[in-house]
Amino acid sequence: MSAIDTSEPTRRDILYIATGAAGAVGVASVAWPFIHQMNPDASTLALSTTEVDIASLEPGQSVVVKWRGKPVFIRNRTEKEIEEAKSTPIAELKDKAARNENLKDSAAEATDANRAVEGKENILLMVGVCTHLGCIPLGQQGDFGGWFCPCHGSHYDTAGRIRKGPAPENLAIPNYEFISDSVVKIG
Amino acid sequence: MSGGHSAYVPKSGFGKWMDARLPLARLVYDSFVAYPVPRNLNNWYTFGAILSLMLIIQLISGIVLAMHYTPESTMAFDSVEKIMRDVNYGWLLRYMHANGASFFFIAVYIHIFRGFYYGSYKNPREVLWILGVIIFILMMATGFMGYVLPWGQMSFWGATVITGFFTAIPVVGDTIHTLLLGGYAVDNPTLNRFFSLHYLLPFMIVGVVILHVWALHVTGQTNPTGVEVKSEQDTVPFTPYATMKDLLAMIIFLLVLAYFIFYMPNFLGHPDNYIEAKPLVTPAHIVPEWYYLPFYAILRAITFNISIPFTDIVLINSKLGGVIAMFGSLLIFFVVPWLDTSKVRSAAYRPLFKQFFWIFVIVCIGLGWLGSKPAEGIYTTMSQILTFWYFFHFIVILPVLGLVEKPKPIPASITEAVLAKSGNGEANN
Amino acid sequence: MAKQTIDQRDVKVNTMKFSISRIAGIALAFGLATAGNVQAAEHEGGAPTHFPIEHPKQVKWSFGGPFGKWDIGQLQRGLKIYTEVCSACHSLKQVSYRNLADLGYTEAQIKAYAAEYDVPDEPNADGEIEDRPARPSDKFVGPYDNVEAAKAANNGAAPPDFSLLAKARAPLRGFPTFVFDIFTMYAENGPDYIYSLLTGYTDAPASIEVPEGGNYNPYFIAGSSLAMAPPLSDGVVTFEDGSPETVDQYAKDIAAFMMWAAEPKLVDRKSMGFKVMIFLLIFAGLLYFTKKRIWSSVKH
Repeated sequence: MSAIDTSEPTRRDILYIATGAAGAVGVASVAWPFIHQMNPDASTLALSTTEVDIASLEPGQSVVVKWRGKPVFIRNRTEKEIEEAKSTPIAELKDKAARNENLKDSAAEATDANRAVEGKENILLMVGVCTHLGCIPLGQQGDFGGWFCPCHGSHYDTAGRIRKGPAPENLAIPNYEFISDSVVKIG
Repeated sequence: MSGGHSAYVPKSGFGKWMDARLPLARLVYDSFVAYPVPRNLNNWYTFGAILSLMLIIQLISGIVLAMHYTPESTMAFDSVEKIMRDVNYGWLLRYMHANGASFFFIAVYIHIFRGFYYGSYKNPREVLWILGVIIFILMMATGFMGYVLPWGQMSFWGATVITGFFTAIPVVGDTIHTLLLGGYAVDNPTLNRFFSLHYLLPFMIVGVVILHVWALHVTGQTNPTGVEVKSEQDTVPFTPYATMKDLLAMIIFLLVLAYFIFYMPNFLGHPDNYIEAKPLVTPAHIVPEWYYLPFYAILRAITFNISIPFTDIVLINSKLGGVIAMFGSLLIFFVVPWLDTSKVRSAAYRPLFKQFFWIFVIVCIGLGWLGSKPAEGIYTTMSQILTFWYFFHFIVILPVLGLVEKPKPIPASITEAVLAKSGNGEANN
Repeated sequence: MAKQTIDQRDVKVNTMKFSISRIAGIALAFGLATAGNVQAAEHEGGAPTHFPIEHPKQVKWSFGGPFGKWDIGQLQRGLKIYTEVCSACHSLKQVSYRNLADLGYTEAQIKAYAAEYDVPDEPNADGEIEDRPARPSDKFVGPYDNVEAAKAANNGAAPPDFSLLAKARAPLRGFPTFVFDIFTMYAENGPDYIYSLLTGYTDAPASIEVPEGGNYNPYFIAGSSLAMAPPLSDGVVTFEDGSPETVDQYAKDIAAFMMWAAEPKLVDRKSMGFKVMIFLLIFAGLLYFTKKRIWSSVKH
């Protein structure tokens, strides 16, 4: 026997429970700063909106801008491209959801009108990241004249909708608004 | 890790299965639950546990800071400011790491002086002590390289001065200096490699700490009486007795650390390190972090060349002499177990040693104070006197005291000492 | 009972007249006193060699102490002084315009403030870099493109960046004052220094020679005179909140603003600190009683 003379106090002792609980609270509170430091910092959050002037973007021209570290495709579509997109029946689409964050109805169908904002239907603005595994599709290529992802062969049409290949969803359209006739604010 | 018999009995079926294959639970149980510790350990013995906690805090906060820090000379300073301003809780993590380093050293100094006082380095614990000295030296190297990373004025000039030690080496000094810096002066390559090493060394410290704890569990702890454990009556199991005591001490230590982190986070640092490094402008006074000050004073105390008497032939110039003295003041710790000739372990029974111990403490504090003063006039003279005493303590006093001192009667066992004390009506806590 | 005799001896040893440690203590104290005298002597006769010559005056700051808070009005006045006076020479490169939200400004106000400054844009389609108005996410635009330009415009002395001065210009307090500072929680030597410097310009005493282009100031940290001429005078900045338009008030406001610029998380830090300290105290109390109970059965 070592130097202990009496039996141990019971485990239900309120003092021990309180001490243990306080210790658990302490450890949990200390953990949070160490986890939260990995979230985007203040300078990153400050860049979460971007303004782009597209006054000089003629029909048939595209521009790629960086937003939140990702490419955003902005294309001023030609009449022909819009016509092609409009004439595609919804039934032929692989992903029938609009994937447009500007729409109130998240279940909206992926019609051509639902892939843009009202009044600026010729402008297609979407995150240029393939919905398969994150590569950047090439513009005006592929079987549907829209975008083609060279990594694993996904074909998107002129409204950025997935038509063929392994990608599951249409290219995502982020929140954006025209704050003047030619300046668009993304995010 | 204890050398004795294992008292671990696996309870569940899985426990038995695992125990036959990898007895990890048995190791933990034997080392941190059933492990017997002397019943009379006082609070000075809690600093080992406090140091483990500090090592963990420094490792975790450091790994997290490395996620945001940029080890590049034009960006390092700004990246630290970004941590302070933009990263979520970045200010907390950085202040924790910077003040944590200071408190790590406070704890290690108390731990070392506790070892000196109670003769913890004596037979059979020489290897335990030597491992501790290695940890201390690794800590100093790690702390120095960490201080360079914010790339402030003191970082830069501290790095310049300390790496300058190597130029004191005869013949090959300059070559070694250039090799270490990766250039002719402290610059981006230096910063880059210091970051790499600052990340590596703590893990080496962890390795040596494991050996240190292993060695501790082989010999068992000393205790304030210095009498070895003779029966189970002398001990209590590590858990819950030592664990609860250590935990309380840790929280009180953290309370003081938190006071500095939250209310005086820059108190222990130097204001000049908030100025970005300027390779063409030296600060008026270069001072290292407070925990290096005693050694810095020893470095600067050697202002004279050592020559062959009555000739002009210089054997050791003052620069090399300073570097030798400074490293010598650390390396001498390694041989303390053999310098101290006394058979009595604890200062409690060594009246003369006790006095010299406290003089030594005062000398070390005095050296620390002198290290922060400009190296001129009276300060240099005082540094020289105290440096002399520092080495005199180890080289002369420790061996001689063991021969001339008449120790007080030593209790037959820990239990006897404890019962005699409580018999005197002293409080238990 | 054998132990009792040991204890008695212990007492005896401690009260011995011939105590080596006492002698050492006296010797050390004597040494310290001598060192102090040396310093004082240097101060009295001839040109001073230790700076600042005068210790900073201590101001009562709203952000001092354990419950310190920013005085938002003061920070706004400080920003106005910085914008209208200091920013002509001093940059503030670590601070972003978006940080002005801390000073109670709205997003629109910050946008308008930032837009007054130009920053180089990304290269355009022709590869040329043009200026664009600054955005809230940009850092404060400084008055000079680089250090050389700053030196050239200021007789060779580049005005220091403002971002961290309130932490970088904190005169060391020396022994034993720094020990007391731990208990009084004094951590405002930076803003005290800035306030003292700005209000400290005076005529040099006859014993001190002020070099050409220098301005005598006994509060200056690195010499008896500095290149910066007194930057403030009564009435140079108008305040809308009715605060006095005096150098004294300006100096306080800009010092507070600089403390904010150097340590924007100061208030967060102190308020979190209070919670942490309370928690640790309670936890330590619980542990104390737990430990006491566990050890109650063991004499030690």
